[in-house]
Amino acid sequence: MSVATQDTAISTGKITRALIYLVLLLFALFYLLPLFVMVANSLKPLDEITGGNMLALPQTWTIEPWLAAWSTAQIGVEPTGLRPYFINSILMVVPAVAISTILGAINGYILTKWRFKGDNILFGLMLFSCFIPFQIVLIPMATVLGKIGLAGSIPGLILVHVVYGVGFTTLYYRNYYAAVPSELVRAAMIDGAGFFRIFWRILLPLSGPITVVSVIWQFTNVWNDFLFGASFGGTSQPMTVALNNLVQSSTGVKEYNVHFAGAILAALPTLIVYIVAGRYFVRGLMAGSVKG
Amino acid sequence: MAHHSTEVDFKTKLQDWIPKLVLSPSVAMVLVFVYGFIIFTVYLSFTDSRMLPSYEMVGFANYDRLWGLRAWWTAIDNLFVFASLYIVICTIIGLTLAILLDQKIRGEGGLRPIYLYPMALSFIVTGTAWKWFLDPGIGLENTMHLWGWESFKFNWIKDRDYAIYTVVLAAVWQTSGFVMAMFLAGLRGIDNEILKAAQIDGASNWSLYRRIVIPLLRPAFLSAFVILSHLAIKSYDLVIALTGGGPGRATELPATFMYSYTFTRNQMGTGAASAVIMLTTIAAIMIPYLYAELKEKR
Repeated sequence: MSVATQDTAISTGKITRALIYLVLLLFALFYLLPLFVMVANSLKPLDEITGGNMLALPQTWTIEPWLAAWSTAQIGVEPTGLRPYFINSILMVVPAVAISTILGAINGYILTKWRFKGDNILFGLMLFSCFIPFQIVLIPMATVLGKIGLAGSIPGLILVHVVYGVGFTTLYYRNYYAAVPSELVRAAMIDGAGFFRIFWRILLPLSGPITVVSVIWQFTNVWNDFLFGASFGGTSQPMTVALNNLVQSSTGVKEYNVHFAGAILAALPTLIVYIVAGRYFVRGLMAGSVKG
Repeated sequence: MAHHSTEVDFKTKLQDWIPKLVLSPSVAMVLVFVYGFIIFTVYLSFTDSRMLPSYEMVGFANYDRLWGLRAWWTAIDNLFVFASLYIVICTIIGLTLAILLDQKIRGEGGLRPIYLYPMALSFIVTGTAWKWFLDPGIGLENTMHLWGWESFKFNWIKDRDYAIYTVVLAAVWQTSGFVMAMFLAGLRGIDNEILKAAQIDGASNWSLYRRIVIPLLRPAFLSAFVILSHLAIKSYDLVIALTGGGPGRATELPATFMYSYTFTRNQMGTGAASAVIMLTTIAAIMIPYLYAELKEKR
């Protein structure tokens, strides 16, 4: 998407152009609508939602729903709010992203600069692992996590996310390092630099952009994961699972405003990353589908 | 001198081994946790496992049972409806937006991120937002009534026959911007000279796109199809958050079927069989695609 604007330009009349803008703006409204609904209704007292218009701005503005979602809302059986789960997610995301990115960088380095027989097959196996439906590993994973004492724990979730994330990070670094001239590496080798020194001195200093892409991709994926969190979270459930428990709880009055506030809280970290570094986010998305 | 050269030999040998050694933990991890686990699940699908894994082989009994279950057929039917609409609508919206955005639009830099941000959200967030917005009691229907359109009715999310379309709606909302980005990248990659030549030849705008641009976008179409179909088969979170598989079983998909049969109904053998079918379907789409993509790079 960072491609220079080189439009497939066609000449069009004034009415056509007005229509084009109209369609584009209508779609912008469509994409913004749910965000508006979430924000506006998270700042309303409950009776303004149940007795009022979901598309209206609040008449009485309140941050009460946010406070409730954060610290007092009933999640499952405990009135803890989403805060402990938010912390769980952070504790899970940071190591999972760091480990999978480091592994991806090293793997990418080896698969491009230290080619060996069969390396492509190994890479293919790693790559396919990103796309499997995770239902196929749920049962053995539950068994194994139980056996090694990591069931229902944050280290267990970190392990799971590293295992199923390393394929993508390897893909990113491999494609990126493929563009680094091998002459550089060969010259360093002749100068007597070894495996680690070449990585440290030559590849790593060039890796800024792809590391941003990889970190953002992993962060978004791990933060947004629900299936693994729900299956293996146990008492250390991540934010997405807690949000779902909050919204689906069948007891008591449905506090829609609290639900919306909770949804925004769950969305906020990835949304902030997207706003700050959207360009890299899009690059990661594209590299994960079209490669190259 | 001889001593020196053996040292070099030793050093080169070591240098040969270090990369493989460093790569091996990742390879081992993937082989065990991905391929080992796949084999184990395939194995379980031939056993009479219920609440816990059992090692009593029963042949194809689980598969026979699965294809005889109405709940499984419902999930398959739903997936078929969901996936085809999801793929087609995302592609149409994505292509349209990309072509329109490619007309030297002022404010493109502002519009693009708006189309794409849903992709950064969790399906649970998306599901929550749409769940309440589509709820007839408090959401869109209610709003229309308040605005004076008394006869407006939109209760799809509560209607067995239409609930699956609300899943399509929310999923399209989340991913169509991404498809737009894929097509836009494709459009920006087209050589302008080809288009200029065609314009000089007097091709109209419409035929320019139909005859030249869209055929040139074939790789983007293929990528979009592969990515969307694999997302559709894996869809789980969105259904859980939006409808919980209901009303009744109206929005149950294979992924939710697998989970409930394995972990809440204690029919692990059947659940494993359903997971194997999901994997096979995705593999049939993904493996040729990845193979071609990797080959191209060589």
